[in-house]
Amino acid sequence: MIVRVMSEGQYRLEGDAVGRLNQLDDRAQEALERDDEAELDRYLEEMAALVRRDGERLPDDDLSPSDAIVPPSDLTLAETKMFFSDEGLIPDVSK
Amino acid sequence: MGLMSRTSNVVRAWISKLLDRAEDPAVTLDYSYERQLELLQNVKKGIADVVTAKKRLELQTKKLETELPKLDEQARQALAADREDLARAALERKAFAQEQLQSLDQQIDDLAAQQNKLAASEKRLSAKVEAFRTQKETIKAQYSAAEAQVKIGEAATGIGEEMADTGLAIQRAQDKTEQMQARAAAVDELVDSGTLEDYTSSGTSLDRELAQISAQNQVDADLERLKGELASGAPQKELEKETK
Repeated sequence: MIVRVMSEGQYRLEGDAVGRLNQLDDRAQEALERDDEAELDRYLEEMAALVRRDGERLPDDDLSPSDAIVPPSDLTLAETKMFFSDEGLIPDVSK
Repeated sequence: MGLMSRTSNVVRAWISKLLDRAEDPAVTLDYSYERQLELLQNVKKGIADVVTAKKRLELQTKKLETELPKLDEQARQALAADREDLARAALERKAFAQEQLQSLDQQIDDLAAQQNKLAASEKRLSAKVEAFRTQKETIKAQYSAAEAQVKIGEAATGIGEEMADTGLAIQRAQDKTEQMQARAAAVDELVDSGTLEDYTSSGTSLDRELAQISAQNQVDADLERLKGELASGAPQKELEKETK
């Protein structure tokens, strides 16, 4: 599957790495539910590191949509919550 | 649902909001392309803004670094004049300036990281924009309306992710830059108005007292020099020679 690591780019990830990524993802979700920013950042960084290490980087000019997107790990807890809320954190660029 | 799925949902929703307004596939392609070009301009501007902010902080660092020896010298003069209170005040200012310097170093590093991130974003987005430009003409020319719809959906989503990502990176760099500009302005004001030199409660009187000590030292030194000259008599002869 194709995984995007936000602010880094896209990777192709196969095999058991996908399962390990999903496990980390569950833990990241739990950390967010506990409002544990340090743990959340740690899991998100681990996820990005796993994708970087075990995945194969897609060329920059590849236009394939991603199957999964790892959110950025450098957000504060408040920013992460806003990112997932209806208000959103990504600015509107439509005209 | 894990965070990756939630993130995908957020990004997909952002993309459909962006492309919602156009029903005609060809219009969607052109509209998306226009926004991509705009975003590329914005990311370039974002990089320029970060560089400007970074330069300003670097200038500030230089300015503060020149303050340090001055404050040291003031403290030395105050001590020589047996004014430990003044020496302490001068050293407190020095400590404050050093603190500012450390925080400036950190901020400059942060801005450099933002600059690198934006530059990498720009590189990725421009590669995708170029690929999209080629693909959109192919789609327009070769596919039936129904097929084109699917192809457009894929291409627009693929590049839409990069646009959302870049949009967020620009926003975050801008926030950081603004924060640091505001702090830089505050420190600039402190240094320029000389407040860094009298941020203590003793205020300008401290400067005056230090200046007085400095002047006193100069007067004492001059007196010593003149006394020495009189005792040796040498400069007197020099003066006579000159008047002849």
